[in-house]
Amino acid sequence: MFNQEELQEIETLRKRYPEAKAMVLPMLWRVQEKQGWIDDAGMEAVAMVCDVPKSHVWGVVSFYTMFFDKPMGRYHVQVCTNVSCMLNGGEKLYAEMKSKLGIGHRERTVDGTFSLEEVECMGACGGAPMIAVNETFFERVTSAEASDVIDSIRSSNTIPAPKHIVQMPELSPAANE
Amino acid sequence: MSETTEHSQTESSTPKLILPDIPGFKNIETYLKHGGYGDRLKKVFSMTPVAVTDEVKKSNLRGRGGAAFPTGLKWSFMPKDNARKRYLLINGDESEPGSFKDRQIFEFNPHQIIEGMLIASYAMQVDHAYLYIRGEYAYWYRLMEKAVADAYAKGFIGEKMKEMFPASGDGVSYSVDITLHKGAGAYIVGEESALMNSLEGGRGYPRVKPPFPANVGLWGQPTTINNVETIANVPIIMEMGGEAFSKIGEPKHPGTLLLGLSGHVNRPGVYELPSGTLLTDVIYKYGGGVPGNKKIKMVIPGGSSMPPLRGDSLEGVKMDAESLKLVGSSIGTGGIMVMDEDTDIIHVLTRIAKFYWHESCGQCTPCREGTGWLLKVLRRIDQGQGAPSDIDLLHDVAQNIEGRTICALGEAAAWPVKFTVQRFREEFEKKVSTNNVPSSPNRVHSLRVGGLEPVQVHVPIVVRV
Ligand SMILES: Cc1cc2nc3c(=O)[nH]c(=O)nc-3n(C[C@H](O)[C@H](O)[C@H](O)COP(=O)(O)O)c2cc1C
Ligand code: SF4
Ligand code: FES
Repeated sequence: MFNQEELQEIETLRKRYPEAKAMVLPMLWRVQEKQGWIDDAGMEAVAMVCDVPKSHVWGVVSFYTMFFDKPMGRYHVQVCTNVSCMLNGGEKLYAEMKSKLGIGHRERTVDGTFSLEEVECMGACGGAPMIAVNETFFERVTSAEASDVIDSIRSSNTIPAPKHIVQMPELSPAANE
Repeated sequence: MSETTEHSQTESSTPKLILPDIPGFKNIETYLKHGGYGDRLKKVFSMTPVAVTDEVKKSNLRGRGGAAFPTGLKWSFMPKDNARKRYLLINGDESEPGSFKDRQIFEFNPHQIIEGMLIASYAMQVDHAYLYIRGEYAYWYRLMEKAVADAYAKGFIGEKMKEMFPASGDGVSYSVDITLHKGAGAYIVGEESALMNSLEGGRGYPRVKPPFPANVGLWGQPTTINNVETIANVPIIMEMGGEAFSKIGEPKHPGTLLLGLSGHVNRPGVYELPSGTLLTDVIYKYGGGVPGNKKIKMVIPGGSSMPPLRGDSLEGVKMDAESLKLVGSSIGTGGIMVMDEDTDIIHVLTRIAKFYWHESCGQCTPCREGTGWLLKVLRRIDQGQGAPSDIDLLHDVAQNIEGRTICALGEAAAWPVKFTVQRFREEFEKKVSTNNVPSSPNRVHSLRVGGLEPVQVHVPIVVRV
């Protein structure tokens, strides 16, 4: 699962914690970054590195919503429908995404390009409504813009740059960049 | 950091202690130029650890993570003996709906978080400090990674601190390491004892208290947990002195607060304002009011778990812990959600209930079952299948969760329901009908859909009527 270089990094990381078990989350992140989801072999490798039973690792994977126990799309589309987003049309946005992608909550498209998730508050409430693709947040998105993001990914195979949203309206533009 | 406090562009400008109006402040060079790290840390490290804690006590700084607990007092709970390792754990899980303020500090002032962690670590003679950031903030995690790496490179963190800040006289030079840790999506992990379990590599289950973290925390050792915004205030306190800080805003909850304004407002965003700022000023003067000039029906003043306020009772309400307590709510995380007159309160509350049901870790029966019951009853009211008796039923279920659980998620789930029923009863009455008769003797589980056989289940807990 891990190559020589990665094992070296793991050794370094190990020094940051008094117990190896604390590396369960960081290790699971590594596995997921490598292969997009956490398979049985991944869980086994993490269990070995962290000196914990495999059942413990499975317990952790199943507890946290961001760990995938099945293959997801290369582009994981998240739509927030929590209060601030809902007040600004988050539910409609989610419904539109469902029909545009033809998939539901935590499902993925047949070609493996997209997966979809209705998520809880992402901490972007000032930019509601919002969607996120993998780690990129798109805030104050209209239906058309959200749809364009998907089309753009389909045609270019990259995530477009999000538009700039002023986070702190009181401060000067330069401090806001 | 006098530049930040003196800044006065407009007459309405207020001190910006955490998010100063300085371009490029996130870069270590700019931060240093404005008085960060260097001399300020030198001064702090020449004081005794107890004196540093005393300065924070004097400032009356209260935690910004939700409970507004006095920070200096919390620090002083750490045992003074040197026998055991000690840890500092900074809570950057920020998952309470309506809260997005810590994120701005990660993005715009990361070094003040780090410097605050160094000062707190010194004050409590901590061996290792951790900063836990929610997984969804991957982008901001990377920004913090860079900031930490830059501070390490300059010798402000780690072994090199000993050269940077040599001990004077017979003192011992101090050094501490800082490690970032990324979460993976779980609101409950924001609860401090769940946070510790998560950092230790487990599921995010809250722990039974006592023992408290100051005694038995991370890996069984003394640990202090503080919120990101709380810790970012610490360098400012050391700069201006605890007493000066204590005079900013409301004396009982001094300093500036990062108020996250969202929902039905023209200019949503994070506003740094002195505590005690009028809620109506935040919404109208700063937030530009409600789109379409509509009236406000409801405001949640501190993140989704705090009791909501009626739109017609906002006059004179001030944003600080004590003032909000007086009007039957709480400052929480300072995340203000505004809902206009056309908002379907029941629909909003149903969504909030779904959140807490989804996030309950399931350890305690009242929370595990109760959050589901609240959701079930709310859903059927929301879908027009509620009976008038459901309104009191909701209130009772909420009442039966409160105070009967391991952690405060129980209250977080119960409060919004209980207080919405109390304060917006007419909204519920509009949506329920006497035509809807429970199809099951078990009032909570009645699905109330035509044609369904009554389900014969009996609730093991007596619901008080
Ligand atoms: C369910 C629940 C979730 C919480 N989430 C957070 C959070 O995301 N961030 C945070 O700082 N505190 C959160 N808290 C509060 C913490 O338990 C703790 O009180 C706080 O981090 C202490 O820091 P402070 O004293 O600086 O406020 C949460 C509490 C509960 C009960
Ligand atoms: S109150 Fe809820 S979230 Fe907290 S420990 Fe109990 S079951 Fe878990
Ligand atoms: S409610 Fe959608 S990001 Fe907070």
